[in-house]
Amino acid sequence: MSCWQTIQDYAFRSLGYGERLLPRGDFTLCQQVTLIGSGMIWNIYFGVIAVFVGFFIATAVALGKGAANPWIRKPSEWFIFVLRGSPLFIQFFFAYFLFLSLKSFSAVFDAFTSAWLGALVVLVLNTAAYSGEIFYGALRSIPKGDVEAADAYGFSGWRRFRRIIWPTMLRLAWPAYTNEAIFLFHATTLVFLSGFPAWQQRGDALYYASYFADKTFNPFVPYPILAGFFILLTLTVTSVFGLINMRLNRHLPQERREKLRLRLNLIR
Amino acid sequence: MRSAIFSFCTDPETLGTFRWFACYFTTGKQWAFYSSFGTVLLLLAITAPAALAFGFGGAMAARSRLLPLRMLGKGYIALVRGVPDIVYFLFFVIALDQAFEWVRHKVLCPGWDQPIRQGADFIVCSAAKLPLGNAPQWVHETYGFALAVLTFAIVFGAFAANVLFGAMRAVPRGQMETAEAYGMTRRQAFRRILVPQMWVYALPGLSNLWMVLIKATPLLFLLGVEDIVYWARSLGGTANPRFTDYPHGDWRVWYFLALLIIYLLFTKASEVVLERIMTRLTHGQATTGGEAQRKAGA
Repeated sequence: MSCWQTIQDYAFRSLGYGERLLPRGDFTLCQQVTLIGSGMIWNIYFGVIAVFVGFFIATAVALGKGAANPWIRKPSEWFIFVLRGSPLFIQFFFAYFLFLSLKSFSAVFDAFTSAWLGALVVLVLNTAAYSGEIFYGALRSIPKGDVEAADAYGFSGWRRFRRIIWPTMLRLAWPAYTNEAIFLFHATTLVFLSGFPAWQQRGDALYYASYFADKTFNPFVPYPILAGFFILLTLTVTSVFGLINMRLNRHLPQERREKLRLRLNLIR
Repeated sequence: MRSAIFSFCTDPETLGTFRWFACYFTTGKQWAFYSSFGTVLLLLAITAPAALAFGFGGAMAARSRLLPLRMLGKGYIALVRGVPDIVYFLFFVIALDQAFEWVRHKVLCPGWDQPIRQGADFIVCSAAKLPLGNAPQWVHETYGFALAVLTFAIVFGAFAANVLFGAMRAVPRGQMETAEAYGMTRRQAFRRILVPQMWVYALPGLSNLWMVLIKATPLLFLLGVEDIVYWARSLGGTANPRFTDYPHGDWRVWYFLALLIIYLLFTKASEVVLERIMTRLTHGQATTGGEAQRKAGA
């Protein structure tokens, strides 16, 4: 079987198109690369949507934590504490079993027990908490002069937030936020290892990589392939966030622009 | 296995709610669940110093004047960038196991002429098997746990190396210059000046790492160790009256809620302790924190 044929059969296997059965026995390199690459679709899906939705929730949570009113501040603080203080792995398990029990009360929760929605909710909330803390830190380090200048120009309320505070907050938070986004993409590999079932063997990249590692009993091929895909993904995320960083800092003189320093790390 | 500790537990079906739970929570399987917390603590107790040692070695290698050693150190630090660490966990557990068996195979069975990798099989002579085929169950479990610990130590060692390397570079250059001016050798300056001073710069990073390590412990489950996640899953699942004296529905959500709360308490407690250590370490240091302490005291 030619490699092109394999790509046609398995490129969208993770979404359920193409060949129904996974290859068994005599795995070619082409099959492994194609199938693991196919799984990356899920990692990208989870990562992109969670970053996008989580961004807005994070902004709200950061403002909430900075609010003077305790009825807003306390829930935001607890939200951040609970989601940052516990392992994502346990959060996935908890959410899955929670949705499973809620299913018996209402059919609304049917969709939540499958990974595409249930795991997405967990990832969104998780990244919202981590980014919320980053944004909150940035919010507190906005130079006093900027806000005073805004006041002097007669900005107030929503307009002051939209034109002055929010852009400055993003600018200050951006390097840390980039790390958080990369982190999140890495965290998407936990989805199918933690309760959420891979229906009809439609899993993410790690799901297929561990499938191959189990079948061939040889970790030295599938995991490096997976690593290669993730390095590509990380580079892509970094350059997209780097472009946004340039736009956020476009008003600053060249030498004062904060360079994005890639500081990758750690599980959550 | 320990039997229920209360004398009234002989016939669970007749018990009231409170006594039923008192008995349920003291069954043998529950004790296995509780003792698996010991497994997690043991993992932390071994991994934290081991990772620190790996990290220290890595950071020292990365500072070395010998090019190959420096590349090794830098490579180790770069190991965990760009790739999800869970991949390393899954990779190292199998790779280390196979590496050990391969080395033992080469040493113990020199006369073996068949290839080790035959299609989808990894075949070493039976004397090289780890653990040996006839070993008792606890040896298998200990070996599995040891592999998991080593995997954790390697991965977290790389993180720690990153932190320590940064901390070593953060020690003000003037301090080292003074040491040189006093005629200390490179090694003396390293031991007497650099290492005592680097901790205050390393601590924020190491604290963060400790938190991450705590939050990574549930991954033991993926490495095949019977840890808290394993027991929470198996005990929480629906218990059929035919197989147990304490039948119940699907309680996994409650078991995982309990785990969630335990982890929250654990990270909170760590945070408080680390905060105190930071205050102590800052004392008398030439940093803004140390300066603030001095002014507050004066």
